[in-house]
Amino acid sequence: MPKSGSTPKITRRTVLAGLSAGAALLAMPRIVRAADETIRIGFPTPLTGPFAAEARDQVKCAELAVKLVNDKGGIGGRKVELLVRDDKLNAGEAATRTLELIEKDKVHAVVGALSSAVQLAVNEVTRARGVIYVSISQSDTINEAKDFSKYTFHEALNPHMTTAAVARQTLKKGMKVAHLVADYAYGHEMLRGFKRAQAAIGADNVGEILHPFGAADYSTFMPRLMSMRPDVLCISNFGRDQANAIKQAVDFGVKQQMKIVVPVILHNQRLAVGPDVFEGVVGGANYYWGLEAQSKSAAAFNTAFKAANGGAIPTDYGAYGYSGVGSLLAAMQTAGGTDTDKVIDALEKLQYDLTKGPQHYRKCDHQSVQSVLVLESKKKSAMAGDNDLFAILANDTASDDMLRSCSELGHAT
Amino acid sequence: MDLSLIIMQLLSGIALGAVLVITALGLTIVFGMLGVVNFAHGALFMIGAYAGLYLASLTGSFWWGLLLAPILIGAFGMLIELVLIRRLYGRSIDDPLLLTFGLSYILVEGVRIVFGSDGIPFPTPPQLIGVLDLGIGFFPRYRLFVIALVAVVLLALWLTLEKTRVGLIVRAGARDPTIMQVLGVDIGRVWLAIFGLGVGLAALGGVLAGPMRSVNPEMGSLVLAEAFVVTVIGGLGSIVGAVLAGLMVGISISLVALFAPEMATIVMFALMAVVLLIRPQGLFGVRGRTA
Repeated sequence: MPKSGSTPKITRRTVLAGLSAGAALLAMPRIVRAADETIRIGFPTPLTGPFAAEARDQVKCAELAVKLVNDKGGIGGRKVELLVRDDKLNAGEAATRTLELIEKDKVHAVVGALSSAVQLAVNEVTRARGVIYVSISQSDTINEAKDFSKYTFHEALNPHMTTAAVARQTLKKGMKVAHLVADYAYGHEMLRGFKRAQAAIGADNVGEILHPFGAADYSTFMPRLMSMRPDVLCISNFGRDQANAIKQAVDFGVKQQMKIVVPVILHNQRLAVGPDVFEGVVGGANYYWGLEAQSKSAAAFNTAFKAANGGAIPTDYGAYGYSGVGSLLAAMQTAGGTDTDKVIDALEKLQYDLTKGPQHYRKCDHQSVQSVLVLESKKKSAMAGDNDLFAILANDTASDDMLRSCSELGHAT
Repeated sequence: MDLSLIIMQLLSGIALGAVLVITALGLTIVFGMLGVVNFAHGALFMIGAYAGLYLASLTGSFWWGLLLAPILIGAFGMLIELVLIRRLYGRSIDDPLLLTFGLSYILVEGVRIVFGSDGIPFPTPPQLIGVLDLGIGFFPRYRLFVIALVAVVLLALWLTLEKTRVGLIVRAGARDPTIMQVLGVDIGRVWLAIFGLGVGLAALGGVLAGPMRSVNPEMGSLVLAEAFVVTVIGGLGSIVGAVLAGLMVGISISLVALFAPEMATIVMFALMAVVLLIRPQGLFGVRGRTA
């Protein structure tokens, strides 16, 4: 496009652009009608890179949520379509893909993103364009007043909720705690959460080591961590970083000296390194399939997922894809369509129970208030089957008290 | 800060460096002798890890995996040389670079299709599980084994190159392939063997790294970057350079991790930048060689 002020010249390029615009105009009536019919949800997620395993589960579950709605006739007779895009775990890539989803594919809302930096980028774009964004990343900076907008929703747990729940189960007054933390937003937020919980419990901080994001080797951090002589080592990182860090800590004999605790214990990473390495590791989770013994919603979700995926079980991060898209579609159902303001209003009033019990979005910051699980990785001999990975140590029921207050996040109360 | 901690840290640096040395060595030998910048080296490292894991579970023993995977993948490397690389000798250096770059994508995607994109556990061999008490601290037995094995491989490689007739031909072939052909040496066979050796070393690095990390299709990409940094610091094509630079990078990462852990990854690139400023050909590189 010529910039304003420059003289427009007719070149081959502009002619081609004109021709294709003309062709588009002719095709327009059909496209517009089609656009009115389907409801399109954009879904950026890191299909390639170190979080790929979690991302693929998210897509499967998001597709399931869409399928269930379509099977029942869609929303007000309109079919729902999920447009999945690979954000490559890169903020720039995510911003471009999201912009494309909004401008070119005309999506009605965006759900997704796994990493904190990517989520911020997606939120920037959706906020500027006035498009609803339901984040399923565990970082929650977008809930703070400076990044928040009425279009921003956060369906996932946040660092404050998970670290507090995990700390309650693992820390005691007077215990010594050391931290190995990924040096980016997610790690920093988890560290902040743990330190706050530690202070409340009365445990002592004996040291923190920040490691580069995506590191493959953690051996160089181990001698120093062990020399701190902590009772508990909190490893705050994500995806393959979690698997590699725990594996190498165990190689160094860390578990003989201290307990390993993580803010979020990952189903796929436990599978990636095996039961012996993870044995006894405790961490928080939004979902675990074994919850079906105590929750009807979990049982129903598991059944639906198994039916759609050849008997496989849904994972923690997969469940986010389901509840993120599911809650949005439920609100669209109430709003009777895709009118942004009506859907926002419906989301704010929504009471939903898709995977594990009642949830709702808090009014001031649109954080989903939900239960938090604390899981402990089982030892091999205690596993009843290949999928029997964790024991549920605690299932803290949803409550507004779990969250940081609205005023602390900078919202007017 | 007490001395035992620094010694432990040095040891982790050497273990880290050992894997770097093995992978960088394959890269530098192939470049030095064939003038081929092998961008598929990281992917072959990853394939090596998968092959090692597969063979280990097939035979029930890690040791068979460790022995057979480098041989098998080395043979696969020879096939690559025979079918693909060979056609590009004498052409611009970019051609084999682009070819191997494309090849790396095919290999990574192939593994994703066959084994899936999730990580797979690579169990540490039972004899090497646990830690050894060194008096000043505990160190994983497996990592000590890796240091020892790499030392043995290096020694064997050095003896072969310096003390045998085969080594003589290889070294001469790197200097002047035309004269070698005039003397009646089938230089094509030498190149085939060298490429196979380079790929075999990549695979060996992969098998050795397997039990330290989980095995996944992307594990080679970071390794490729590290191996390049090491070869550039050591001097492209220099074997001694690769060995010293590998250890230097490992130890630098380790010592920096002690004082400024968040800088641990950046330090190797900083080291490379400094070396390039002072000695553009690398520590042991030959001036004027264009890469």
